[in-house]
Amino acid sequence: MIESLQFEFFRNGLIGGVLASIACGIIGSYVVSKRIVFISGGISHACFGGIGIGYFLGFNPLFGALLFGVFSSFLMGEASLKAKEKEDTIIGVLWAVGMSLGIIFISLSKTYAPDLFSYLFGSILTITESDIKLMIFLDFFIFISVILFYKEFLAICFDEEFSRVRGLNVGFFYLFLLFLVALTTVLLLRVVGVILVIALLTIPSAIISQFFHSLKKIMLFSVLLGIFLMIAGLFLSYFLNLPSGATIVLLSSFCYLISLLLKR
Amino acid sequence: MNENVIEIKNLYVKLRDMVVLEDINLSVKRNDFLGIIGPNGGGKTTLLKTMLGIIKPYKGDIKIMGETPEKGREYIGYVPQYVFFDLKFPITVWEVVLTGRLNRTKYFKNYSKEDKEISEAALKQVEMEKYKNKKIGELSGGERQRVFVARALVSHPQILLLDEPMANVDSPREKEFYELLKKLKEQEKMTIILVSHDIGIISAYVDKIACINRKLYFHDSKEIKMDELMAVYGCPVDMIAHGIPHRVLKEHD
Repeated sequence: MIESLQFEFFRNGLIGGVLASIACGIIGSYVVSKRIVFISGGISHACFGGIGIGYFLGFNPLFGALLFGVFSSFLMGEASLKAKEKEDTIIGVLWAVGMSLGIIFISLSKTYAPDLFSYLFGSILTITESDIKLMIFLDFFIFISVILFYKEFLAICFDEEFSRVRGLNVGFFYLFLLFLVALTTVLLLRVVGVILVIALLTIPSAIISQFFHSLKKIMLFSVLLGIFLMIAGLFLSYFLNLPSGATIVLLSSFCYLISLLLKR
Repeated sequence: MNENVIEIKNLYVKLRDMVVLEDINLSVKRNDFLGIIGPNGGGKTTLLKTMLGIIKPYKGDIKIMGETPEKGREYIGYVPQYVFFDLKFPITVWEVVLTGRLNRTKYFKNYSKEDKEISEAALKQVEMEKYKNKKIGELSGGERQRVFVARALVSHPQILLLDEPMANVDSPREKEFYELLKKLKEQEKMTIILVSHDIGIISAYVDKIACINRKLYFHDSKEIKMDELMAVYGCPVDMIAHGIPHRVLKEHD
C-alpha cells in the first residue's frame, strides 16, 4: 500500500479522485434530490462530442467536453423549462447526438486516439498535473456558487412555482444548476469517463440521502463517502489489476445495494 | 375598506390553443373569504395561476391591488396544491418557511435576524413551532398545509390564495384548518381565496362562493343558483342552505 504511493501517477490519481468527490457530493445531492438524474446523464454523454472535436482540432479534449457539456446543459434546461412534454425526448436525442458526434470526429481525425477508451471509461491513473489544476479550479467555482446561492437553489429545487411567485429567477437558477452539473461531469471525466459519470454523481448522495434529511448534511457526508469509495476503489483496482473507473463504480454500486438492504 | 383587491374583467385564458377560461369577471373585496368551486379540469388552478402571473391571459384584464399580476403578486401569499411536492425532498419545516422570505433583494445574503423572527412568529401562528426541525415529508397532510400557510404568511401578504388545501387533510383536521383561516381573516384582516373541487368542503366559513367550469358564476354572495351549479357540474346538485352556521352544499349521486 505504501509503495504504491511512491508512484507519482498513483498520487495524482488519488488527488484527482478526492477532487472529483468534492464536486460529486455537492452537485450529486442536488441531482438526486431534485431528480434530474436523466438530464445529468444526458449532459455527461453529450460531452463526448466535445472530446471528439478536441481530438479532431487538436486541443485538450477536456475543454471540448466543457464546451459541449455547457451547451447541452443549456439546451436540455431550456427544453425542461419551456417544453416539459418533450423534455425526455429532447434529452435522449441530445445524449445520442453527443455520442455520435464524438465517434464521427474521432474517426475523422488522422491521429490515433490511444486514450479514447480512457475518456469513455476513465483512467484515474493518467491524471496529469494540469488536469489537477483544472479540477481544483472547477471545484472552487462549484463550491463558491453553491455557498452563494444555497438558499435559492434549495427553494427552487423544492418548489419551483412558489419560488417564481416570490419573484426569483427560476429559469436562471435551474440553468445555472445544470451548468454546475456540466462542470462536475468534466471533473469526473478523467476519473470514470463519460459512461460512468452518472454513477459517481448519484450513488454517494443516493446512499447518504436515505439516512439524513438536511441537504447540507447530505452534501457533507456524500463528499466524505465519495472520497472513501474513490480511495478504496482505487486501491482495490491496483491490487486486483482491474480498470480503476469501473472498479470504483462497481464498489459504489455494491455499497448502494447494501444501504438499500439496511434501510428495508 | 370596501375596495377591490382583485379585479378581473373579460378574462380569457388559452392553454395549448384550448380556451380554458372564458369571459371571467370577478371582483374580490378586501377581507372577503371567497370559495371557488368547480370540477377537476374546470380551470380553478389556471385562474389562480393567472392571478399569480404564472399564466398569461389571452385576452382581458386582471389587476391585483391595482397592479399587473407580476407586480401585484407580492401582496399574495400562495399555498400551492399538495400534489406538486416531492415528499422525499430533504428539507425541514424551518427551511420551508424561511423560503417564503426570499425575493430578488436577498441574493448573495444570508437570512437576516428579521427573516428568522418573522418565520418563528408565523410557525407559532399556525401552531407548528414544535415541528420546526422535522423533515417536511414526515408531517401529516394537515400539518404540512399549516407549514405551507406559514410559508405564505412570512411575506406579510394581504391576500391568501389556497389551491385545494383540503386535498390531503383528514376530516377532523379540516375544521381546525378552517378555524385557522377564519382567524387570519378576522385578526389579520386578510382576504382569502380558496379553491376546491369538493362542494361539500366549502363550509360555513366562506362568505362568498363562485362556481367555475370554464365560465365563472358569481353574485358577490354566498348564493349559488341551482341551474348554475348544474351548468358547472353537469349533473343535478342538491343544496341544503339552511341552518347557519353549518351551511353545507351536498352533491347528488
